[in-house]
Amino acid sequence: MSTLTGQTREPAAPGARTGNGIGDDARRPDGTQKVAGRFAFSSDLWADGMVWGATVRSPHPRARLISVDPSEALRIAGVYCVLTHEDVPGQKTFGLEVADQPVLAMGEVRYQGEAVALVAADSPETARRAVAAVRVEYQPLVPVVDPMKAMLPTAEKVHPSGNIVRHFKLRSGDPLAEAPVVVSGEYEVGMQDQAFLGPESGLAVPADDGGVDLQVATQWLHVDRRQVAAALGLPEDKVRLALAGVGGAFGAREDVSLQIHLCLLALRTGRPVKMVYSREESFFGHVHRHPARLRYVHGAGRDGRLVFVKAEMVFDGGAYMSSTRAVIGNAGTLGVGPYVVPNVSVDAYGLYTNNPPCGAMRGFGAVQACFAYEAQMDRLAEELGMHPVELRSLNAMAQGSLMPTGQVVDSPAPVADLLRRVWQAPLPPPLPAVAGVATEGLLPGGMANTTHGEGVVRGTGYAVGFKNVGFSEGYDDYTTVRVSLAAGPDGPVATVQSAACELGQGLVTVETQVVRSELGLSDVVLETADTRVGSAGSSSASRQTYMTAGALREACARLRAGLLARAAARLGVPEPDLSWAHGEVLGPERAVLGLSELLEAGPLEETVEWRHRPTQDVDPETGQGDAHVQYCFAAHRAVVDVDTELGLVKVVQIDTAQDVGKAINPGAVIGQIHGGTTQGLGLALMEEIQIDAGRVRNPSFTDYLIPTILDVPPMRVQVLELADPHAPYGLRGVGEAPTISSTPAIVAAVRAATGRRLARVPLRPQDIVGLDEAGAEGGPSR
Amino acid sequence: MDFHYPRSWADALALKAEHPEAVPIAGGTDVMVELNFNRRRPAALLDISAVPELAQWDRADGHLRVGAGVSYTRLVRELGPQLPGLAMAARTVGSPQIRNRGTVGGNLGSASPAGDAHPPLLAGRASVELASVRGTRLVPLDEFFTGPKRSVLAADELISAFVVRPAPGPEQFCKVGTRNAMVIAVASFAVSLDPERGRVGTGIGSAAPTPRRAGGAEEFLEAELAAAGMWQRPRPLPGPVLDRFAELVTASASPIDDVRGTAAYRRHALAVMARRALSWAWADLMRN
Repeated sequence: MSTLTGQTREPAAPGARTGNGIGDDARRPDGTQKVAGRFAFSSDLWADGMVWGATVRSPHPRARLISVDPSEALRIAGVYCVLTHEDVPGQKTFGLEVADQPVLAMGEVRYQGEAVALVAADSPETARRAVAAVRVEYQPLVPVVDPMKAMLPTAEKVHPSGNIVRHFKLRSGDPLAEAPVVVSGEYEVGMQDQAFLGPESGLAVPADDGGVDLQVATQWLHVDRRQVAAALGLPEDKVRLALAGVGGAFGAREDVSLQIHLCLLALRTGRPVKMVYSREESFFGHVHRHPARLRYVHGAGRDGRLVFVKAEMVFDGGAYMSSTRAVIGNAGTLGVGPYVVPNVSVDAYGLYTNNPPCGAMRGFGAVQACFAYEAQMDRLAEELGMHPVELRSLNAMAQGSLMPTGQVVDSPAPVADLLRRVWQAPLPPPLPAVAGVATEGLLPGGMANTTHGEGVVRGTGYAVGFKNVGFSEGYDDYTTVRVSLAAGPDGPVATVQSAACELGQGLVTVETQVVRSELGLSDVVLETADTRVGSAGSSSASRQTYMTAGALREACARLRAGLLARAAARLGVPEPDLSWAHGEVLGPERAVLGLSELLEAGPLEETVEWRHRPTQDVDPETGQGDAHVQYCFAAHRAVVDVDTELGLVKVVQIDTAQDVGKAINPGAVIGQIHGGTTQGLGLALMEEIQIDAGRVRNPSFTDYLIPTILDVPPMRVQVLELADPHAPYGLRGVGEAPTISSTPAIVAAVRAATGRRLARVPLRPQDIVGLDEAGAEGGPSR
Repeated sequence: MDFHYPRSWADALALKAEHPEAVPIAGGTDVMVELNFNRRRPAALLDISAVPELAQWDRADGHLRVGAGVSYTRLVRELGPQLPGLAMAARTVGSPQIRNRGTVGGNLGSASPAGDAHPPLLAGRASVELASVRGTRLVPLDEFFTGPKRSVLAADELISAFVVRPAPGPEQFCKVGTRNAMVIAVASFAVSLDPERGRVGTGIGSAAPTPRRAGGAEEFLEAELAAAGMWQRPRPLPGPVLDRFAELVTASASPIDDVRGTAAYRRHALAVMARRALSWAWADLMRN
């Protein structure tokens, strides 16, 4: 085991020797381009003769679609076509799990912003005017917007199948178990947006074979292709996708947004078609994090040992299913947190409503549950008079523990150790004792000069969380890679072909690092991620490093076997007499054959389809089953200063401890932990899509606030590397864990500073000062 | 969309007279956002960023006349000591990039109730200089705003400058937003003290249909301070005076619930800010 600690890690000095193999701080190949503004993002795509696509969207959260009249739009010079659902040649609906969403609205629109028609025109401005000129007649209907009402049998149905997308049930132990100490609470999580910086964009080019080539920023090329091909009525091999430069994803690019639309327009116009969503349109163009209401009852012995947890969670999935089923599976199976609980009852519901569709976002169901169960753990600690870390450590899961699903945790689960590490980390200097001194930017309110110390109280909070890595519940989750090895003018060159998507998370360095280490060479070429090879699965669920590293390791092993066979033939010795070391084959009597010599006979190539160990579907009545591949764990301690009179918060310091199994690229790991922690800070303090009667009130970065550098405190990160024996190189997925516990840690710190219950995130100033009845439920707790 | 690009003030005024529908643009930090969001599609833009007269400020007759095209960054650097309240507000505007481009003239032209420059200018009793081919007029700022994003600016007029006395005493500005930088005011407050004349100035932002003064609070405090001889012999302000001042500031507001905050919170925050800002300004006065 090793521990990496870093606040900020210095990149290697120019000219310094960096191994750039596994465990090295490999530099991003696209880093300089991105910093210098030269990287080509998907919005920079261009083709000769291309036209611009744009989308007509419903202004109503729910309405009957009476008619679409394109005639006025078609009279505008420069407009090529206007398409409606009647122009969708194949399957008219799409969806990640279930095809329940119309490519273009049919019969009824179910959320504000639903795509109704498409236009193609010679410029973005003409396209915009054409969109405004398409006459759509709606008959508005009363939208179903309250999830608590939507789940009642009497509720109006958003879809004919009913409003309950999934009811996950978990029952373990004694349903009647009682405990001497009981705390209960109701919690609410608002709708967070992934807020990636590069809005949806892509370019579709019609091909001579009747097919289409699509370049797009996405998380999963093959699941896009499946849905595009179905909607176009084309065989999949006629639909070719390539990854364009991705400006962040965080789950929001797992669903189809403009992929099908671009291809429909390209095939209709016979021209390349480009689409770029504006920032405002982007808020309507992708799914968000499910808002949730959660009710928990925790029972414990007087010694603090958990006896039972009962939870009811209601997740609003909005108008279409997206990945709601899987999100509910996570919330349900992970719903009591990384603790050992003998008696558990969980009911988790995912719903249809006429609110914006919700789906994948970093933390995927684990975030909402963790906010609630960690608040409960703090209340229990308070009730018992225990330190919150002591109570958590006492109940912490460890290797060998049983999940409430009956699954054995069969790799390191250092929950107590992570908590201890953040607990013992050095604290920041205390608040200045004297008020009345202006300290620019350092106090709550930041630059806006709202306090010189008046009303400011410091608080400290702790939280730990966990999440599954990879796709769960029996999903056949695999990744394909093709690695070829050939002699080049300057030595051997390995070429990697993969459809795995680089989103900014650093997969590109992982790919080269694994191949370098496994083949002992320096020259690794990454081809553009595209559909010429098989599916890599999604760059989501913290799985892509795990999966692609596993697949590449296997491909490299097979290549080495091929090289050994060549060496055996050449040296005339049996293969077992040969060995592999640092890119060379060693034979008897000091015979050495280098890669270049072995490749004289021609290149070698291996294609591997690699799977993680299988998982099981859970029992529908009890939630029992080996649902997950692996867990990732992180703990946070947040120190905050709260202006208790104005309700403003400055996070002073956040310490994170996370087990990553093996840091393939330590610098990138620290970056992921910084970023994930910050995204959790955003949910704690400011990030919320506000919905009123099904309508989004703040679709802009003016009013959907994300943290600035003045909101993000110094972060000390402790990285543990406890190898998971079932995983390639022992690694654990990294990306999501830090997002999960930073939110409850910050809120716990604000509770400590204010003494208020604060049962809802994001915290609003009016909740913190106690003006809002809902947010300040119960009033001061001490 | 037509684009006019005058290089002199005379040309700018002539163009505005000829094309009253043309929307003036300087830094573009408001106008370009509106265009981007498709909220307005003006027939023409009048880019006044190359008019040299607008980028100047000078001092005459005991007043500062600051050209409408002076950026927030320049305000902070060049006029910080003379207009401390406005400089404090300017520091809270957007990001460094926005402050490099944005101008007080644009802030006034947009006439948003949330404009950061408005409360300190109101507190300092500034006037706005409006010009057209018909001539120039000086409008006291508290008569300039007529409603949310509306002002007395005529269709053929451009804002040429604001005119204000250099701060005669301590000034303070504070602004509440839900993050620590780059945030639009949920509520803001400015106070200005003039010990020579025995005057108190205030300005409140984002808490009424227009930025406005809290006249009742100004009068109350002026009377209290005069009666107690506090201007001559400053002593710590009694708690009840601070409380009443805060109460009267809040009474001048008529906030609404919107996406950035509730009316109740805005009232509450104004009271806290009024009390704190006044106590800081008064402490500055006592120190000097």
